Amino acid sequence: MINPIMVYNNRIDQVGCSERVNRIFSRSIKTESKIWALYKILSMIDLTTLEGSDSPGKVKQLCYKASHLHDQYPKLPQVAAICVYPSMVSIAHKSLKSTNIKTASVATGFPSGMTNCKAKLDEVRYVIDEGAEEVDMVISRGHFLSGELNYVSDEIAQVKTACGKVKLKVILETGELNTLDNVRMASDLAMESGADFIKTSTGKISESATPTVVLTMLEAIRDYYNKTGKKIGMKPAGGISKSKLAIQYLVMVKETLGNDWLTPNLFRFGASSLANDVLMQIIKQNKGNYQSSNYFSLD
Amino acid sequence: MSENSKAKKNSSMSWKYSNALESIEHISISPVYKLFIGGKFVNPISKKYFHSSNPANEKKLAKIALAGKSDVNKAVLAAKSAYDNIWEKIDPKERGKYLFRIARLIQEKSRELAIIESLDGGKPIRESRDIDIPLAAAHFFYYAGWADKLDYAFPGRKASSIGVAGQIIPWNFPLLMAAWKIAPALASGNTVVLKPAESTPLTALKLAEIIQEADLPAGVVNIITGDGTTGELLVNNPNVDKIAFTGSTKVGKMIINSLAATKKKYSLELGGKAANIICEDAAIDQAVEGIINSIFFNQGHVCCAGSRLYVQESISNQIISKLHSRMDHLILGDPLDKNTDIGAINSKAQLKRIKMYLDIGKKDGGEIYQSKHSIPKKGYWCAPTLFTDISQSHRIVQEEIFGPVLAIQSFRTIDEVIAKANNSPYGLSGGVWTDKGSKIFQVSKKIRAGVIWANTFNKFDPTSPFGGYKESGIGREGGLEGLSPYVNIVNRN
Repeated sequence: MINPIMVYNNRIDQVGCSERVNRIFSRSIKTESKIWALYKILSMIDLTTLEGSDSPGKVKQLCYKASHLHDQYPKLPQVAAICVYPSMVSIAHKSLKSTNIKTASVATGFPSGMTNCKAKLDEVRYVIDEGAEEVDMVISRGHFLSGELNYVSDEIAQVKTACGKVKLKVILETGELNTLDNVRMASDLAMESGADFIKTSTGKISESATPTVVLTMLEAIRDYYNKTGKKIGMKPAGGISKSKLAIQYLVMVKETLGNDWLTPNLFRFGASSLANDVLMQIIKQNKGNYQSSNYFSLD
Repeated sequence: MSENSKAKKNSSMSWKYSNALESIEHISISPVYKLFIGGKFVNPISKKYFHSSNPANEKKLAKIALAGKSDVNKAVLAAKSAYDNIWEKIDPKERGKYLFRIARLIQEKSRELAIIESLDGGKPIRESRDIDIPLAAAHFFYYAGWADKLDYAFPGRKASSIGVAGQIIPWNFPLLMAAWKIAPALASGNTVVLKPAESTPLTALKLAEIIQEADLPAGVVNIITGDGTTGELLVNNPNVDKIAFTGSTKVGKMIINSLAATKKKYSLELGGKAANIICEDAAIDQAVEGIINSIFFNQGHVCCAGSRLYVQESISNQIISKLHSRMDHLILGDPLDKNTDIGAINSKAQLKRIKMYLDIGKKDGGEIYQSKHSIPKKGYWCAPTLFTDISQSHRIVQEEIFGPVLAIQSFRTIDEVIAKANNSPYGLSGGVWTDKGSKIFQVSKKIRAGVIWANTFNKFDPTSPFGGYKESGIGREGGLEGLSPYVNIVNRN
């Protein structure tokens, strides 16, 4: 076992990182390139419901919405996946049977991860048995912050083994890591330990995906690709509800990782209300004016 | 084609940004510009004119008067009379009032000024809009504040104005350089004859219109356009009391020669070949971005550009490969497109000079890398360029190129890089990148340059003095120190 501390010494300068973000966000995306981006964003959404109050009825409605974003408007893409709690996986899986939409589940004691490793692995096996095709795990932030990087790394590796071919997204919960240096270190650690995707947040604490965090993670993915040739995916989650911000993130992906990453296989948005705003923008681009939000279904 | 099918057609291709051109409908450029003397636009006595054109498409923008000897004389006399009769005498807070007014008018017309700056000089609208014009306004605001506080600027001593300042500015930041020159001169009670650069006179002439609109007393600012000979006439005019020049070291030396043993004061801001030093403990991605900003900002037409890059050997390959990929993401093209990063080279002559250095670099055995861009057919363009495998002995390391060309060398120890950084006749600016605070002070204290940036580059602020050591100039512009070249100081009794 390598000692991760010896390997990871990538420093991030907060001020410089914000400046780069501002420059990326000042790109002006108009006309055809905007339409292209809006369609692409729809196809990259992990439509999410993660509430203690979730019920089979609610999950079914969300699954229907996932494949019928706006039926008045033909040829719209479907979202990439539905993301639910473990107990809702079988319901979602059944509801999505006739579609290409993936069923994703959070696991490993989401959102805090404050349980033992055995319970986490059992949960992962459970959701896969129930039909989950993608697993979103959380890292143990407490262990990470107390410097037990090997513990975190081993845990991710074990979850990946339990996942087998099922796609593993590793949630770093960057809002609890405090510094961009930590975000970078956790990203490197997760990728080295077997993550297929790295993901910013659970959406359960006040600070979720921030632009500097997303940029730092994308740069980590780029460096990992240059070192190993492996393409790791990225999923910002939480707080992305407007098309404009989502487009800015696509610009960030394009200018950091290149066009290859502009696919749902390698980039996702974890969001619950983004889809309707994107739909509204698509129709505005087409018809020239905004429709009332009442024309877009709320599920 | 409907938007739907367009989007579908696009989906198979890689994503390219559509054009996002800044609209030029609301700007006004006159077909002919005369000389601004004594508060009015007047025909040149010389009867001569030249053209200013757009370097991005070689189209002519306007016909510009060329000031001859009598015109220069007339402008200097107008400035002298305004100095003797009005500007020296008025209440200093009135001077401040006019400067505030000019600053606000620049802000009001900022979009128009930005577009004209990009049309005339070829720089991307992103830079003229976000950097040049806001900074120009900020300089007027800043020095407006000093106008009635000169007694506090030099405590215990008395500062008095000098008289008529002859000011000659370069083409790389036309309006900003005009602001750097005019604002401190007026704040400290002098009057001005300004000569903008031959290839970029338009925003200075728009500034003349703003000055008219601000009701500045006639003759306090005179703006005369022309070429090098006009500048020479201004330098040698006997009624000029002070010369402020920004431009090449070669011309700077000529100016010092002709001013030797005259009563005229002078301040000069000349060339540079800044060392930008990347230590192995730097934040790598931010350093790469800093390198891009240090050399490709304004197509490298920046006297303080970080044109000599020194990278510690252990991270050298990593930095260079990251630079390549970052450079390929730069967008080169129409300066008026909001997504353009690299605009046009300012003039045909400058492009020729840059190309000469590219040839010299290759001939001397340097390894060249140029980013992959399609270069527009019309206009003057140069793709961002790196040279590696070079040494202090290479001409491209020693001489100022003033273009998007970066000379990269590796270093091993801090002492070595300090010695190499100082091994240049220039000393305008420098940069150091490290995560270690103590190293920043260790390096920056030992580099003989007017400005050292730490973990950033090419940052400007009106409160911060700017100027050179060695052959990079004499005197400072900006900040409190920027008042000194425009005042005579005597001990108060």
